[in-house]
Amino acid sequence: MTNVLINAPKTAKPGEIVEIKALILHPMETGFRPGTNGKIIPRNIIEHFVATWNGAEIFRMEMSPAIATNPFVSFFAVATESGTIGLRWTGDEGFLVEERVAIAVG
Amino acid sequence: MKIVIPSRADQIRAEARDLSWSLKGPSACGLRVTTMPVTTRRAFLAGATIVCVLPFGPARATPEAMAAAIKEVVGAGTIREGKVKLDLPPLVENGNTVPLTVSVESPMTPADHVKAIHVFNEKNPQPHVFSARLGPQNGRAVITTRIKLADSQKIIAIAETSTGQFFSASADVIVTLAACIEDVT
Repeated sequence: MTNVLINAPKTAKPGEIVEIKALILHPMETGFRPGTNGKIIPRNIIEHFVATWNGAEIFRMEMSPAIATNPFVSFFAVATESGTIGLRWTGDEGFLVEERVAIAVG
Repeated sequence: MKIVIPSRADQIRAEARDLSWSLKGPSACGLRVTTMPVTTRRAFLAGATIVCVLPFGPARATPEAMAAAIKEVVGAGTIREGKVKLDLPPLVENGNTVPLTVSVESPMTPADHVKAIHVFNEKNPQPHVFSARLGPQNGRAVITTRIKLADSQKIIAIAETSTGQFFSASADVIVTLAACIEDVT
């Protein structure tokens, strides 16, 4: 089960700069730590985080193992038109999560 | 590292065995400890001292590795100080999750905006922390996230503008509990 927490305003005025915050549950295993059996735990991280506004990419982040467990990202966007904000996380072991939130501009 | 109480000799010996077992071979952050038959408290203390003094081995990023990683991003461009603000606590109690905010002064117009923000570190196993791609649609070049820090070190944020300029800011952080240690679960 994947748990995602998204914090974005439901409404905005045209041209307003809104903050979008996103938190996802993920171990972000670095691949540098040995487990209790002494063997290195294989890397399992989120590599990419992409945000879209009505399908157009507005923000992208490439992550390294140095991002903390349960990655949290906050960024800004100019509210142009009503629609949906899409957030997409992809990573190791075929990890893929997509979430959408609606925003009304006007 | 635990403080050793002499009267708990048996327990300590057991701990020492655990320690030498879990640190066998190249372990956390490239830590390399030779396994020795720990039978006395003295031997254990000697081992513990080695672990304390040399907590990280060769697999760790160095200032040179960071410089190389930065070079890869910047290329032939020159980096100037300023315009970038890097906010993170100067004293970090838990290196596993360190809040970090990078804000860049920029009009964020189609003609002049921040194209990318890169963050690098000196002493984690890898020098790269994250790269974010932005554009005029962001309105404000501000990013907040949480990172892991393996040791007290210097963090550098580099902003790349649409005009091809690079600006940077750095911050020194003291970490009391390092991330990237052996699995405790």
